Formats: sequence, structure tokens, C-alpha cells
Amino acid sequence: MSNRVVITGLGVVSPNGLNIPDFLHAIQNGISGIRFIPEYEDLKFNCQVSGVPEFEWEQLRNYITETSLYGLKGKGIAYGIKAALDAWTDAGNEIVSEDTLWETGCVFGSSVADTDVIKTAITRVDARESKKLGSRVVEQIMNSGVTAYISGRLGLGNKIINNSAACATGTQSILMGYEYIKFGMAKRMVVGSCEYVDRYVFGGFDSMRVLSRKFNDEPERASRPMSASAGGFVPGSGAGALILEDLDFALARGAKIYGELLGGSTNSGGQRNGGSMTAPGPEGVVKCIMEAIANSNISANDIDLVSGHLTATIADKLEIQNWVQALGRSGDDFPMVNSLKSMIGHSLSAAGSIETVAAVLQLKHNFVHPNLNLEDPIPEILDIIGANNLPTIKVDKEINTVAKANFGFGDVNSCLIISKYKND
Amino acid sequence: MDRKEILSELKKVLAPYTESKEMLDGINEQTDLIKDLKINSANLVDIIIDAEAQYNIEIDFDAAEKMYNVGNCIDVISEKINKPA
Repeated sequence: MSNRVVITGLGVVSPNGLNIPDFLHAIQNGISGIRFIPEYEDLKFNCQVSGVPEFEWEQLRNYITETSLYGLKGKGIAYGIKAALDAWTDAGNEIVSEDTLWETGCVFGSSVADTDVIKTAITRVDARESKKLGSRVVEQIMNSGVTAYISGRLGLGNKIINNSAACATGTQSILMGYEYIKFGMAKRMVVGSCEYVDRYVFGGFDSMRVLSRKFNDEPERASRPMSASAGGFVPGSGAGALILEDLDFALARGAKIYGELLGGSTNSGGQRNGGSMTAPGPEGVVKCIMEAIANSNISANDIDLVSGHLTATIADKLEIQNWVQALGRSGDDFPMVNSLKSMIGHSLSAAGSIETVAAVLQLKHNFVHPNLNLEDPIPEILDIIGANNLPTIKVDKEINTVAKANFGFGDVNSCLIISKYKND
Repeated sequence: MDRKEILSELKKVLAPYTESKEMLDGINEQTDLIKDLKINSANLVDIIIDAEAQYNIEIDFDAAEKMYNVGNCIDVISEKINKPA
């Protein structure tokens, strides 16, 4: 069995674009979605900037029923619903189906259930008012809330799974959906991830001293992957979604095809040999990328673009070293590299899916989006891959194959290989 | 407050929980919340919470179980309003 898996729909809720056309425009033109957050100054956070989508609840009105929208407070779920349903309609489908779609499933990821909703529950319960919580709390504080909303709205009847692997969640969720189709268990999967970073989650990272703190008065300069003046990442929120389909299933219904998901790999360094709870071990990363390439039946030389994890911490240098080792390419022979995080920050679980959406758009429209704030690349990175592979403005270029990877807490790695669809 | 007045206020309480807006406009004492207004049974607790706030009353478990059609709801609400806790 060798079912080919193609990408037929895209949806995004990003700090720099709430739909695919706006997001495409933003990543082509290097538009930042990072803003100063006055509340974070008030809370005495070191980092006072964040990537927050300009989302309004009203935007969901045509996505779910009025009764469902009434009482929905979880923003991560809301982002996920919007991205997933946008991807679904982008793939040429109607939202409302009378019958259960047994051939279609959903793998959607998230890191934390909405803490704003949890906070309401905690406050009420502690005030001995649990009676007033109502029926809508549990469905929004359960980790599977987002998949329950998406699958219920679309009538999906195949595997419905919420996935969580920290910052590797997005790419891992996409890979899981791919595997179900590849192995004949589903014909179509709605895949992606969402994240709403509220003040409590933000505070946890802030206390770890891993966030950008020197650019609070220049928010658009704050997220600086691979820059020598980078001082930590900028948290962000949002969601990304893709519709994956069995090739024959997609062709039979005349679907437009953005590209083919050739394969991928996910593993862990086991938190050994340099890997830890918070840092990816080089061996695992290299193995993950090499396996993704092997599983996709391509050569490392076929890769035109590396969409890195590259968060703007001290790990960036090591990540580039790992890519060099895994691809066996360096200097001008290395592919172009970019990090979407320079525009929107690091949206944790949502990062992988939003970045995969960006990767598919670069493949489809033949360009490499710029790296913002990379006027001063880290010297060791320049030494091994050269300045030509670190674009700071959009580069128009034929892109046939993209490698997209993310690395998460727990030493979990995930890498996807996406290519143009070729009928052969 | 008479039954007619309670019914007209009850409409506002029920509104966020039903997609059948036309049916809601024409409700009478026999209208069933689940069968006619297609309200999700899980949302009945939300209606009770909202009714408690609306009329400043407390609806206990036994009373809540009786609230499956508009007439029952009015019975419970009018009884509680007339006998404040």
C-alpha cells in the first residue's frame, strides 16, 4: 500500500493575518504581527511584547451555530475552529453535512486548554458557586475541546484525536494525519493545531528567562531568530490547519492540490546526550531529519528551503549545525533558511501548523519569505551556511521541496517533507 | 408577575439556547424545550442558572427536573417568585 497524501486546503489565524490571502501578503512583505501588550507591563513581565491575532468573536458567527458561539470563551478553541473550517471550505467542501463523514478524521493539537476558562472555573468554585458554572466549562477546559468542536461541526467520523507534544505539536499532528491516510485508515484528515498564550502561560516562560526583553519599545524588532542580538523568543497565539487527502480521493472530487506531503518523522532524543526537558538533543534532531528525508524517498540535495524551528534563543546556532549535519550540505550549497517566528513570534503548539501553512504557500507561489531582524546573523551560523541562504527580503525562486521541522520540550522532534504535486 | 409576563421574559432567557427563532416567537405553555425548541439537554442547566439570575430566585434540583416545557417553567418560576426564600 502506498497511498499518496496531498494537501487540498489551508486555513490560518495568525498575528499577521486572519485568512490565507492576508497571511500570504504578510509573509511575502515581511509584515510583523508582534505588538506591545500594556497588560504585560502592568504585570511586570520582562517580556512585554507578543504576537496576538486581531481576532474578534464576531468573526466566528458564520462558522458555528449561534447557540454554540454563545458561551464559547476559549480563544484557542476559537482560533482552531476558524482555521480548520477555513481550510475545509478552501478545499471546496460545504461546512454542514447531514451525515457522518466516516472517511474523514481530525488530528488537532494544543498545549494547554484555555486557562481563561479554567480561571473562571477556579474563581467560581473557590467562591462556593460551582452551581453557576453551567454546561459549557468542561467542553472548553478538556484538552480535546478543539477537536470536539471541529469534528462536531463538520460531522467527522474517522479518528478524532487531540495531540500534544509542546512546540512539536503542529508538525506532529500533521504527520499523524498523514500516517492514517498513508496506511489506508482514513481518506481525508483535518490536521493542525492552535494555541492561546494567556498571561499565566506567558508568565511561566517569562520566569524561565527565555523570552525577549530588550525590545519592548520596538516590538517589531523583538523576535530575532538567528540574530546575534537575539535574547529570547516572543510568545504568540494562533492556529493553522490543513486538509490532507488520499490522492485518488482528491482527484476523484476534482480538488485543487497545493502540494504533496511526501513523508516525515517524529522522534525523541530521549533527554540524553545533550537533550533535556527543555533542549533538543542533537542526535535525535539529526536522526529525525534524516529519517524524514528517507521516508519521503528524496535526497537531501532535493531540498530547496528549510523552514526551521529557530525561535531566537541560544538553540538557533545548534539547530543550524544539526541541519548541516543531517542534510550533509553547507556553505552556498545549503538551502535557503527562514523562520516565520521573526514575524509572528513563537506560538508554541500552533507554531508547526502555521509554519507548515507558510511552507505550502512558499511552495505554491515560488518564493522564500524574508527573515525579519536578521541584519546581524550569528557569526557561527554565517561560517557554516553563508549569508546568501539567509534572506532578509522576499526571494522569488522555484521551490519544489521544503523541509519543515519543530522541536519541543520533552526533547520531541518532528519533521515534514512537502513537495509540489507532480502527476507521474 | 402573571403567567403572561413570565412567559414573555422567559423567551429572552431561552433565546441564546435555541436555533429555532421562529418557534421561540410563537411559544405557548405546551412548547417542549427539547423537542420543539431543539435545545440541547445539557443547556437546561444554563437556562436554570440564567432564570435564577433573571428572577433572583433559587431553583433546587427537584424543581429543575420539572422544567421540561414552557408551562412547567412558568409554574416553577411563579411559585418561587411568590414565595421568596
